[in-house]
Amino acid sequence: MATVSMTVNGKPVTGNVEPRTLLVQFLRENLRLTGTHVGCDTSQCGACVVHVDGKAVKSCTTLAIACEGMAVTTIEGLAAGDTLHPMQEAFREHHGLQCGYCTPGMIMAAVDMVNRRGHVLDEKTIREDLDGNICRCTGYHNIVKAIAAGAEAMGKTGMPVRQAAE
Amino acid sequence: MYAFTYHKPTSARQAATLLLKKEDSKLIAGGHTLLPTMKQRLAAPSALIDLGACPDLKGIVRKGRNVVIGAMTTHAEVAASPEVQEAIPALAYLAGHIGDPHVRHRGTIGGSVANNDPAADYPSALLALGATVVTNKRKLLAEEFFTGLYETALEEGEIVTRVSFPVASRAGYAKFRNPASRYAMVGVFVAKRGGEVRVAVTGAGEGGVFRWPEAEAALKMRFAPKSLEGLKHTAEGINGDMHADPEYRAHLIGVMAKQAVAQAIGK
Repeated sequence: MATVSMTVNGKPVTGNVEPRTLLVQFLRENLRLTGTHVGCDTSQCGACVVHVDGKAVKSCTTLAIACEGMAVTTIEGLAAGDTLHPMQEAFREHHGLQCGYCTPGMIMAAVDMVNRRGHVLDEKTIREDLDGNICRCTGYHNIVKAIAAGAEAMGKTGMPVRQAAE
Repeated sequence: MYAFTYHKPTSARQAATLLLKKEDSKLIAGGHTLLPTMKQRLAAPSALIDLGACPDLKGIVRKGRNVVIGAMTTHAEVAASPEVQEAIPALAYLAGHIGDPHVRHRGTIGGSVANNDPAADYPSALLALGATVVTNKRKLLAEEFFTGLYETALEEGEIVTRVSFPVASRAGYAKFRNPASRYAMVGVFVAKRGGEVRVAVTGAGEGGVFRWPEAEAALKMRFAPKSLEGLKHTAEGINGDMHADPEYRAHLIGVMAKQAVAQAIGK
């Protein structure tokens, strides 16, 4: 066992892990933050996407111990109390989900997209940048609409790029 | 995944010492090949040495006629680098099309070249551009470094520290991606530097990345997609699997080569 310390959703946390403990296991099992999902467990589906030091990564293919001292944001860290994050609100408004399994990863990927590319995202860019996130229900159509609207809304609320989820 | 001990050195020198000292140890860079392999129990190292805290392995600098990229530089960093975009735009394009955005935030150039996956993108760029792989012990030309399927010239205790790319006058990369893994079913990197033209093919060869001399000769006469018309790569020595048989991949080599040349001349 080893000790790992990091900041998760703005709070400092410390836990005992084995070196082989994955970041997603640490988040779900140690911290009980079960919003981050495990889908394929082979770094293809994107259900496990979280932000590490401000960048979207697949937490099923990241060792928890390798995140020592880093800042992690999960889907639980987006909303401000009862107020949904603009990207979450856009997914609700545009019905960018059906079963909801892929949704946390989709939203974390969407916020990362805005961080990298700004508030104006065209359909082609969104579809290309969703390469790492698989949805088996929706056919992506409403997800793409939601991300475009959410990106714009993040701009309107004056949410600065990069800071939005950190 | 089987249990292992974890070490996080803060310099390449420390990492090299650990690599020799810890029995059955492996280096981990972005981990996007190694961790899935360990989950499948196809690899079970006793110790992992994480290169993530070695600042001497990071960064991109322009040195005269070369762009030098540290081994732990991620694909996202290479894709977004103004130095790379300016000097060798095709290399930035290649890095920006590896895997997906999340994978590009973790995966590194050093990890990719040291693994020498036959379907990885980077080996084709190194071979076509005539890059030099720098290790903690020596410098190796790409053609000396890549020795076969998942095989490189790396010896015990040897670590890739950076890759130096000579700036080409023209370069282009095109790949036909496996739609699930985003690995290259076939990827072709073409580069022209002075009078020399190189065409390197990844994803197709049974022995990993290779050059296509006939296409190089044709493009040396005239550097245009038209020069490749009628030129067919043999299916001999080409990979076949559930995604594509050797004949189809051989056909794709010609198609991707033309697209890469078109990109290189800006068409």
